[in-house]
Amino acid sequence: MNEILDGIIKALQLIFSGDPTFYGIIYRSLLFSGLATVIAALWGTPIAMLLSLKEFRGKSIIKGFFTTLIGMPTVALGLILLLIFSKAGPLGFFGILYTPAAIIIGEAVLVTPLIVSIETSAIEAVDPEMMSLAKTLGASESQASIAILREAANGVVLSNIAGFNRAIAELGVALLVGGNIQGLTDVLTTDISMYTQRGGEGFAMAIGLAIVLLLIVFGINLIIMIAQKARMLFALGRIPQ
Amino acid sequence: MPALVELKNLTKCFGNIKALDDITLQIQEREILALLGPNGSGKTTLLKILAFLEKPTSGEIKFQGQTVSGKIAERMRLQSVMVFQKTLLFNTTVFNNVAYGLKIRKISKNIIEEEVMKALKVVKLEGYEKRSAKKLSGGEQQRVALARALILKTKLLLLDEPTANLDPKNASIIEEVIATVNRELGTTIVIATHNMFQAKNLPHRIALMNDGKISEVGTPTEIFGRLSKTLASFAAVENTFAGTARITEDGTTSADIGNSVKIEATFQSQGRISVFIRPEDIILSRSRFTSSARNIFKGKIVEILDLGSVVRLKVDVGKIFTVQVTKRSFSEMGLNLNSEVFLAFKASSVQII
Repeated sequence: MNEILDGIIKALQLIFSGDPTFYGIIYRSLLFSGLATVIAALWGTPIAMLLSLKEFRGKSIIKGFFTTLIGMPTVALGLILLLIFSKAGPLGFFGILYTPAAIIIGEAVLVTPLIVSIETSAIEAVDPEMMSLAKTLGASESQASIAILREAANGVVLSNIAGFNRAIAELGVALLVGGNIQGLTDVLTTDISMYTQRGGEGFAMAIGLAIVLLLIVFGINLIIMIAQKARMLFALGRIPQ
Repeated sequence: MPALVELKNLTKCFGNIKALDDITLQIQEREILALLGPNGSGKTTLLKILAFLEKPTSGEIKFQGQTVSGKIAERMRLQSVMVFQKTLLFNTTVFNNVAYGLKIRKISKNIIEEEVMKALKVVKLEGYEKRSAKKLSGGEQQRVALARALILKTKLLLLDEPTANLDPKNASIIEEVIATVNRELGTTIVIATHNMFQAKNLPHRIALMNDGKISEVGTPTEIFGRLSKTLASFAAVENTFAGTARITEDGTTSADIGNSVKIEATFQSQGRISVFIRPEDIILSRSRFTSSARNIFKGKIVEILDLGSVVRLKVDVGKIFTVQVTKRSFSEMGLNLNSEVFLAFKASSVQII
């Protein structure tokens, strides 16, 4: 019991001490997950627009494929990417295994299905006549698509937050393709795992990092909840009295 | 007057369904043309083709003498603008909504600002520019949608049931704007409507539509004059009934419209007549209630059409009546298909055509 209390006290000291190792880990976590989310949004949004606005054969199969991949176990994806990025693998010549680039790309791949699926349903929820509206007001096909995307802004933001949340909280990909190299590719989740196994002084570090990770993830969820509540209140205000 | 648009043998199919069937029509410059017909008669499809949003399956369109097809259609789209029946607004301010088309056309900021203010003044929404468009009332929203189209000053303005879901005050503002724009800017306007009064008063010409075809084209006087004789083909329009009238002892008129449905009206008329009751004038209730309404019928709901803030119901009382209620009333009354309801309307609401 004492050990746990001790650990928590030391963790709090770490949080408020400004320890460079400790904050380096947090910085890398935020940076890698943030970049991964941006990349996933950059290639995921056009896919979502295609899936929601265009009619083509096999569309529902592709949609189902992305929905299924949301549940991809991170360790399994990590292993697949490890094989792909390893020297003998098809993308081995890039030499990015065990570098930050591998984590960023890996996590981008991980959260893409989530972003694509949420954005697709958000765009589909926009009245299909909106496309005709933008066009009759003079918009070209692509300008009209952007108008639709703007109407789905809430869902787009939500999908990106959810993506970031999954990226920062995952362990498998970061561990397997990043390698948990101290000061280079170690992030919150990989270090929590490592310091816990190490025990002793490391235990305080693990607890401190876990507190920060929980704060980040809960903080994000809190923001989503508040935003949704605000939207609900906003919607209530719109009902004619 | 030269023709702005010429349609020749135009057909539009959606799968196996023929929405438009061999339409030949000329739309003159500076005229207001009403497409009058029941729901599903092809009015909206025709408007969408005139807006260059839909391509005809076959047939020819000429705009200002030039045949429109393929690439030209995209360019021609800038010459016409359509206001949809369902009010669609971008989830932003009134200003951004109205300014959208000018921004797309890369007009300078100062001019956009000036034009937005002018357009809002026309639809009597001055001072609304910073308001969130989706928070406005239904009538105000439809006026924003109209301003957003007017600001473009296109040759052709297409309005799909512009007042169908509105209260009389907002409807008359919109009708006034339509007349003014046509008079002062010379904008050619095509209105799709099933509102008999709108068709009688607003347009220069009427095209009667039914089953994807145009059956007759003429001035309102011609069309309504002819109507009384050929009403059978036209009875598809909501709440229009042909019958035999006789004057009662009270000095009112009782019109037998068949299936033992007798309507009492305040005008005096005898013999074969056609009458019309606006859906908005009919009160709907779940039980029989005492009121001054001379016409009370028991029936059951046979069709429900959700139009956003209002719900349109078809009620079978021996004859099919169309009734319009707000969505709130609809849900508070717990109405459903086959619900038993009572319709009531005043004798003075019955109009002779």
